[in-house]
Amino acid sequence: MKTRRDFIKISALGTAGIAVAGSAFSLMKGKPLFAQNNDKKPFDDGDLERTPTYCEICFWNCAGWTYTNSDREIIKILGNDDDPHCNGRLCPRGTGGVGMYTDKDRLKKPLIRVKKEDGKSTFREAEWDEALDVVAANMKKVAEEHGVESIALFNHGSSGHHMGHLLKAFGSTNIVAPSYAQCRGPREVGFTATFGAGVGSPEPTDIRDTRCMVLIGSHIGENMHNGQVQEMAQAIDNGATIITVDPRYSTAASKSKFWLPIKPATDIALLLAWIHVIINEELYDKAYVEQYTYGLDLLKAHVKNMTPEWAYGITTIKPDVIRKTAREMGNASPSTIVHPGRHATWYGDDTQRSRAIAILNALLGSWGRRGGFYFKEALHLPHYPTPQYPSPKWSWKDALNGKYPMAGLSVSNALIDATIPAEDNKHQIHAWIVSGTNLPLTMPDKDNLKKAMDALEFMVVVDTMPMEITGYADVVLPECTYLERYDDLRVSPHREPNVAIRMPATEPMYDSKPSWWMAKQLGERLGLGHYFPWDDYKEVIEWQLKELGTSLDEMKNIGVKIFDRDSGALYLRDGEDMEFNTNTGKIELYSTDLAHHGFDPMPKYTAHPEPPAGYYRLNYGRAPMHTFSRTANNLNLIDLMDENKVWVNPKVAKLWGLKKDQLVWLKNQDGHVSTFPIKVRITERIRWDSVFMVHGFGHSNKKLTQAYGRGANDSELITTVMIDPIMGGTGLRGNFVTFLTEDPGKETN
Amino acid sequence: MRYAMAIDTKKCVGCSDCVVACQTENNVPHGYCRDWVVEAMDGTYPNLEIEIRSERCNHCDNSPCVRCCPTGASHYEAGGIVTVTANECIGCGACIESCPYDARYSHPDGYVDKCTFCLHRVEKGEKPACVAVCPTNCMYFGDLEDPDSDVSRALKNRKYKTLAPEAGTKPQIFYLI
Repeated sequence: MKTRRDFIKISALGTAGIAVAGSAFSLMKGKPLFAQNNDKKPFDDGDLERTPTYCEICFWNCAGWTYTNSDREIIKILGNDDDPHCNGRLCPRGTGGVGMYTDKDRLKKPLIRVKKEDGKSTFREAEWDEALDVVAANMKKVAEEHGVESIALFNHGSSGHHMGHLLKAFGSTNIVAPSYAQCRGPREVGFTATFGAGVGSPEPTDIRDTRCMVLIGSHIGENMHNGQVQEMAQAIDNGATIITVDPRYSTAASKSKFWLPIKPATDIALLLAWIHVIINEELYDKAYVEQYTYGLDLLKAHVKNMTPEWAYGITTIKPDVIRKTAREMGNASPSTIVHPGRHATWYGDDTQRSRAIAILNALLGSWGRRGGFYFKEALHLPHYPTPQYPSPKWSWKDALNGKYPMAGLSVSNALIDATIPAEDNKHQIHAWIVSGTNLPLTMPDKDNLKKAMDALEFMVVVDTMPMEITGYADVVLPECTYLERYDDLRVSPHREPNVAIRMPATEPMYDSKPSWWMAKQLGERLGLGHYFPWDDYKEVIEWQLKELGTSLDEMKNIGVKIFDRDSGALYLRDGEDMEFNTNTGKIELYSTDLAHHGFDPMPKYTAHPEPPAGYYRLNYGRAPMHTFSRTANNLNLIDLMDENKVWVNPKVAKLWGLKKDQLVWLKNQDGHVSTFPIKVRITERIRWDSVFMVHGFGHSNKKLTQAYGRGANDSELITTVMIDPIMGGTGLRGNFVTFLTEDPGKETN
Repeated sequence: MRYAMAIDTKKCVGCSDCVVACQTENNVPHGYCRDWVVEAMDGTYPNLEIEIRSERCNHCDNSPCVRCCPTGASHYEAGGIVTVTANECIGCGACIESCPYDARYSHPDGYVDKCTFCLHRVEKGEKPACVAVCPTNCMYFGDLEDPDSDVSRALKNRKYKTLAPEAGTKPQIFYLI
């Protein structure tokens, strides 16, 4: 973060603070009088053409308009007023999406790995035909030698769908996204075990009408999940109570009536104490609980001794605060949201923590109620007629060998494990397609990842940028950005079902291509052409839109179309009959499914390891202007934040003699040291037992000329992984770091 | 007519969308900005407060930058918007030095640049780009002399402050506190 030149001047006038965004500048000394080229004017929208799109910088997928000038250059991107994801207001990343298009470091040509004379590998540029031939030949070879199921796809985002279609047509269903086992998986399992339905994306939280919202480690405002941030601002306007549980004074905490600065890793104890108070003070929604839930008596007995006094000793949150906040929730019930969060893989008991959150919501009667959770609805996207996929002989489920029985989606870390040869590995993966996910900055336990990649016979990477993962590929296929391509229609659920379209605003820059084109080209080379009966993906969209009762022409003009609900009302009516998709047909306070699989049917608190002396728990999170490692090279967003810093409490800084912006290397409990140093941010906003850094910085690929070496990468310091036995999620917050003030002399590539 | 802006510090999350929207709307070169975000923190853990503010030119009624401009490039437009006529600016930087808010910068093309309240949009009845994009809807723009304008209504029932009032510039950005 750059500091505005005169910040001290502002301080001198009476307000202390730091500039978090904005740029330093210098006076242009020695410039000629009356500069020649100084009549620049902003573009007039009337001279620009607009094309509908939806954003790909994060999964929120806000719909907007891409504005191009007469040279078909992309000038700006604005939100679509009719889009329920953004209501006409993109977030900084969406607005700054232009920088993804103009990035000079983009992948420009297909690359093929070749061995040099000295035995070292290098890439050479290739034409598309040759690169695609190499990929198809290797896919065939691996399929013939090991079975097609031994090819896996790691993906994230829109382009993954096209590669997924290719792989399924070829005969493998080993398709995985780290957004499950490294992110929201536990919450989906925890909520499904309770309500018979997961949370999904976007979350159906009725924040705009809530009277009380509880955030547990969820830092809305720093995570820029657009619709939620907008609705949280509405809730603030409406005077709703916000209760934030976070060891760090997050932005959300600063907007909250109650901030509970909890000792890290003790959240379940707090949740259980809240449940205790809500049951024992009869603050729960009695009619709702009686009609819709199963297991209240069992739960009451289970939490009998989990008093606020018990939780105080664990969480450091005072009993009266626990009671007071429980009463706030109860008083606002059912318009209370105990937010499920999103990134939920913390300590390996995350499904159980999510269960505790779900149970609280059930007691408060918030599921299916105004100001709680609404019943979402999505359009059903008609399937463009293509042949049935072949049935694979085995899938990722078999590769789990009976582990993680409640995993609802494939588990990325398990597929990485399955790639490493071992005696008991009966389902080995031999080739990877990686599309739109930068695994080295995404996956914990880098040594394990390296082992898997070393064992691979073939890896092809599809990306727009030379992310670290491309360095391990045999072939790299340059994808054009979302602003330059067609993709699938967006039909994600919301209050009202809706469809959004993404159309190319201009021709792909360089020799980059859309994913749908690559998938079709590969399909044809693999004898699967009949799965791709289109010349242009536009035909698929056009057909689907017609089926939905609209058209490409209409969508080009409106971008987003809203439909009427046909699944019933947004909320439960008083006393309405409702069957939930659980074994008992009720909302399960006591989970019969968890019991069936041999897990605790009701959540328990387990103590987790604590930092050894001189070490601090590594907490990580987000900044509103970046999406993980994906945006770290985007010039528009670098202008807002160009590196991460490690947040250190002033007491800790004093102990170590650390100064503001001093560069330190971080070393974790397993002896791993960060490749790059990181600046120290000394702030009262963090507890003395932990540090915090924004995830996604510390890129080590020199081809990312802006992002290289800026800040440090938290992923390489996460080497102790606490696996959730229920669904395979990777608990990432059991890692501890200490400071190295001298350069450890690590090699950088 | 008196254009002004009110910014609700209780809602702003400091996402800096206003900064990047200004950049793409006004073609501000990389590394420079016309608006920026300040986070002011007070207290010690765990008794803390943060005020987050989106800052920019205050379009002061009594603008030192206009007074000190030797060529008249810095001037008032209708409604009190302070702008710089680029091709009359000699880039001397006197205005930059005079501004208590550090709202101006030297454009690499040799003139001084700053927030225009998106005059080109306002003339067409649109909101400034920063106001239009703000995800938290925490910024209100309009004519202070019109009691029904967004800004007038925002100021009606809330406490507010201006920055550096002691400098006597009569700033027209109001922070709701």
